[in-house]
Amino acid sequence: MNFYDQAIQSRRRFLLNTGMGLGAAAFSSLVASPTACASPGAFAKVAPKAKRVIFLFMAGAPSQVDLFDYKPDLNELFRKELPESIRGNQRVTAMTRGRDKLVAPTKFKFKQQGESGLWMSELLPNISKHADKLCLIKSMNTDAINHDPGKTSFCTGSEIPGKPSIGAWLSYGLGSMNKDLPDFIVMPSAYWGGKVNVQALYARLWGSGFLPSKYQGTSFQSTGDPVLFLSNPKGVDGSIRGRMLESLKQLNQKHFNELGDPEIQTTIAQQEMAFRMQTSVPELVDLSQESPETLEMYGPEVNNPGSFARNCLLARRMAEADVRFVQLFHRGWDHHSNLPTHLTAQCKDVDQPTAALIQDLDQRGLLKDTLVVFAGEFGRTVYCQGKLTHDVYGRDHHPRCFTAMMVGGGIKGGAEYGKTDEFSYNVVENPVHVRDFHATMLHLLGIDHEQLTFPYQGLDQKLTGVEEARVIKEIIA
Amino acid sequence: MRIALSCAFVLATLLMFSSTLAQEIDDVSYDRDIRPLLADRCFSCHGPDAEARQAGLRLDQQSSAHELAVVPGDLDASELWVRINAVDEDVVMPPPSTHKPPLTKRQRKLIQSWIEQGANYEAFWAFEKPTRPSLPNVENREWSRFPIDRLVLNSLEQRGIVPSPEADSRTLVRRVTLDLTGLPPSVDEIKIFLDQEQAMGCDAAWESLVDRLLDSPHYGEHIARFWLDLVRFADTNGMHKDFYRNHFAYRDWVIRSYNDDLPFDQFLTHQLAGDLLEDPTKDQLAATAFHRLHLIIDRGTALPEESFHKNVVDRVTAFGTAFLGMTVHCAQCHDHKYDPISQKEFYSLYAFFNNLDAAPETVARPKNGLQAPFVSLADEYQSKQLAQFNTEIAGWDAKLADVKKRIEQLKQKQQAITEPNEDGTEDQQVTEASKAIQAKQLAELKKQQTEFEAKKRQVVQARDSFNLNIPYAMVMKERAEIRPTHVLLRGQYDAPGDLVQRQTPGFLPPLKSEQEIPSRLDLANWVVSPDNPLTSRVAVNRIWQQLFGVGLVKTSEDFGAQGELPSHPELLNFLAASFVESGWKTKALIKQIVMSKTYRQSSRASDDSYDRDPENRWLARGSRHRLDAEVIRDQVLFNSGLLVPTMYGPSVKPPQPDGLWKAVTMIGERYRADQGDSIYRRSIYTYWKRGMPPPQMTILNAPIRDACVARRERTNTPSQALLLLNEPEYMKAARKLAIKIVQQPVDQRIRFAWESVTCKVPDSIEYGIVETLLDELQQSYEESPKLAELICEGAALEGTQAKSELAAWTVVVNTLFNLDITKNRD
Repeated sequence: MNFYDQAIQSRRRFLLNTGMGLGAAAFSSLVASPTACASPGAFAKVAPKAKRVIFLFMAGAPSQVDLFDYKPDLNELFRKELPESIRGNQRVTAMTRGRDKLVAPTKFKFKQQGESGLWMSELLPNISKHADKLCLIKSMNTDAINHDPGKTSFCTGSEIPGKPSIGAWLSYGLGSMNKDLPDFIVMPSAYWGGKVNVQALYARLWGSGFLPSKYQGTSFQSTGDPVLFLSNPKGVDGSIRGRMLESLKQLNQKHFNELGDPEIQTTIAQQEMAFRMQTSVPELVDLSQESPETLEMYGPEVNNPGSFARNCLLARRMAEADVRFVQLFHRGWDHHSNLPTHLTAQCKDVDQPTAALIQDLDQRGLLKDTLVVFAGEFGRTVYCQGKLTHDVYGRDHHPRCFTAMMVGGGIKGGAEYGKTDEFSYNVVENPVHVRDFHATMLHLLGIDHEQLTFPYQGLDQKLTGVEEARVIKEIIA
Repeated sequence: MRIALSCAFVLATLLMFSSTLAQEIDDVSYDRDIRPLLADRCFSCHGPDAEARQAGLRLDQQSSAHELAVVPGDLDASELWVRINAVDEDVVMPPPSTHKPPLTKRQRKLIQSWIEQGANYEAFWAFEKPTRPSLPNVENREWSRFPIDRLVLNSLEQRGIVPSPEADSRTLVRRVTLDLTGLPPSVDEIKIFLDQEQAMGCDAAWESLVDRLLDSPHYGEHIARFWLDLVRFADTNGMHKDFYRNHFAYRDWVIRSYNDDLPFDQFLTHQLAGDLLEDPTKDQLAATAFHRLHLIIDRGTALPEESFHKNVVDRVTAFGTAFLGMTVHCAQCHDHKYDPISQKEFYSLYAFFNNLDAAPETVARPKNGLQAPFVSLADEYQSKQLAQFNTEIAGWDAKLADVKKRIEQLKQKQQAITEPNEDGTEDQQVTEASKAIQAKQLAELKKQQTEFEAKKRQVVQARDSFNLNIPYAMVMKERAEIRPTHVLLRGQYDAPGDLVQRQTPGFLPPLKSEQEIPSRLDLANWVVSPDNPLTSRVAVNRIWQQLFGVGLVKTSEDFGAQGELPSHPELLNFLAASFVESGWKTKALIKQIVMSKTYRQSSRASDDSYDRDPENRWLARGSRHRLDAEVIRDQVLFNSGLLVPTMYGPSVKPPQPDGLWKAVTMIGERYRADQGDSIYRRSIYTYWKRGMPPPQMTILNAPIRDACVARRERTNTPSQALLLLNEPEYMKAARKLAIKIVQQPVDQRIRFAWESVTCKVPDSIEYGIVETLLDELQQSYEESPKLAELICEGAALEGTQAKSELAAWTVVVNTLFNLDITKNRD
């Protein structure tokens, strides 16, 4: 039986079955438009290690030099010009083009952590405690040198707008695990410690591009309704809404009987799902049942809506509820000047909550099949931008190398992968391009990145694009 | 069990456009049966891309294929046949490493018949000039005299299907009013139509209705929107700080052009090269804003050379998608994989678009959102007014200069007085007196200065706010010295290869130019030449798509080898040819389509009919699809009587949930909803921030507008249900209509409400359900007067009963707004 016949059969089954859940309803939508002919799980080809992902996106690009990529010898080179041999003819941004490139060693101390002895910065004391669970990929690189294309590339696989985001690809490729909640939830922090150069976010970072827009991320709001238009309007309570939906269903059902368009059935199902979400979403964001110990673990900010800490805790609750892909955006990492002050504040925002999230997932047995990713769109230069003293310096954008962190979901713990040169400037061993990173994420979820395709504009489009991408098997446990 | 998408795609296509396997084997068509297969499985290595080509074989060209892989009439001697049937992994095609699914039995059979029948190639349908087909003979001659219908009926009869009967009058008047104006008909308009049907007969009444709608200014507001999606029109730059930009003049020009029925060839020419026309009008200049609609980054972080390149690629992409329906941008880094566009040809097109005389990046917070080059579109009154403001400001400037001068003089005088006499003594008395006078004078002058400054400020403010409403248009302006263009290796801005000249792709008719270096105007003339096979087809297909929900070519953004074949190739040719012959008149084209019986069919269908043709590609019934986001919102406003029909001008900000901009902004922007009438204007005037477009639109599939979109998809999601159920503004609209309803006689209320929202008359079942709901709601609100109070806030009502009645009706209207038949058009 081919797909087409199968689809028609399904539709018949579906028409007979009026009390269906979202799965059937969504499938009916798909059948109505053959461009969207993925069936849930259709792309799962390899045995999955992870079922879900929590992506902590550090928008603005944190400094690998000060956080992960330890280069003790640089202290000797303070204020020395970055050697020509290292710089090569790499392009730099318009901000530091034509200026001196003087080495600014990190002012922060590094220490070996855990049994694995990973070097970690003093700025991340809590995450450091989980060193033996982490994998640091130190040879990340990207093509983009500016935030907007950088973020767009990390979140959608291409610098050019119009492509689906990772989460959209995943919900398209893997389908839902929870019929009462969206598959892909986005939570931007409402505030952060570093007060400078806070880069913008764009709806395209969690958009569906050319995929059907049902796959786009649902952005949770920190004020008002967590999901847009979730609350009943003023003067309508749950029972009135319920009563109204009952008549609405009767009328829609009547029209379906007359018109025969199966989309009407989908409308009924989605209205019922919306009604269920009015209960399931508030439950999801209600922290009143969390123990004091748990709350304490995430730190005091957990009590403030919109904080990174609170979003981490919500992410854990979403993972528990089998939301496929949760993406947090924490802004404020773009430290062109006075980096030590701002970076310290930013790390204070994320260190404890990230560590708590890892621990919390682990305690609940969720870390083994939940992949946690911590990364920004690129790295920062070892050379200084702006004022340079031992304690005060800034760093420009650096796409040539940066560090990303992966935890759980089938990733080796206490591991690091890839090497940079003595200046943390060029990758010298095992480069990992963003598309390799994507391929690896998909692999962990059981998807061959070559197979996850969608026909658009004449191409079988892929998250990893047309260039060769490699699954980094070496970091998989 | 799983079949890869592309495979399912091809299969679906095959199932659609051919009836039985036996028939296909009798008569295999390269275009219909073989090219899609080869394109999907083979062209990426044996196609147009020279660099990726393996074994020197091109299966997209007859000569190469016949020389190397296919022997007409001889299966066993045909390497192609041997390879697709091979078992050995190293031999079989497509190779497993490409992850392309192997050919199915059915597909192999097609190829077998094709080779046996001579392995003929056909020129690609979309690259041949469309000609008016001869009209086929049909059995059912009674059905219609219109050519469109003859062509549709012919293909239905071949499949043994009969068309559906005409839809009922109320369905029809709603359908065509929504399709042509994006608004539903009012109860009065429905009545006029029904009366006219009685008086003039159905066909005449229909024609008069269609004419009236095409004359409505709402027509342009609706049709323009599809074009704005296509060219990614928005109110912000879309990158980095996502600054406001002032492009409403372009939006207004598009609306006006459609309303004036500007011939489509001119519509395209003005956008592409209005600035190069002789003595261009303001409108022709405003049209060239097309070149400025791309995303653009603000200065300071990116590399200008890279930004420059990205802008040009974005422009060429828009040109390819909107004008030609081709994915030319795929040839940016390498030769096109499927269509005959080489990388060199891409850069030859690029050469027409890289000569804008402007900075590649914008300054921060450009004044009024304008980035040079731009032109003022002020009308006479506005110019006069502006001049008057400026004269007034100059007047204050002069006065200020004078005061300042006098202050200066006075200060010098003071200085002189305080200087001691020659003998070293001071003339105490004189000095004291003069000092006092002068201090007073000085104070006076300073007071005057402050006063003048304040007055000037006032005028400046008045001028600036007046200025805000004057349309300015960012335009295209050719740089005097033409920039040289190189092929950019791997598409990288800093890797120039060979120098190229301005030229159009070789597979299309040649470009004509009388100059040494062809101009953009030459390019425009080439685009709209009747010989260009793509322009008219692509344009009429999009209009068809707007009216039927799906184009005759479903992939309206791609008419290349990987696009879908037209469901009715002859109909498409007919529409394209007659469109050109009519002088590219869009209104005439639309009229021709909506007058057809095909368009006027009922959309009611049996399960069987849906199963057989879920997307209605055969057109055996009227189409039924969900309304676009803008239409849904405008309909709510219109039905409730809130819609404010003011046209044109700066974009407006209707309310949206708090905090959406705050969550993404880099520059501390907060969304501040407008007050008063502007929040009830049509959605085409809604402010579009690319970083965070209005959720009422995006939830219902409106694109972000950062890339060109030729067709929106339609999904049906819980977020949409939440939006339509709970959006506070839609609830206010429901109350507004409820107030009107309770002013009707009691026994007519349900009918009035139902008709106002759905354009239909409720039958007894519908009436009964609404009546019961109403009664029960009213009872609930009587029991919970506080809830009723919340709905009735601000309404001049006395007493619990009146309030519970209004509250109940509000929720009933909310119910009607959420009916599937309300959000769909059928």
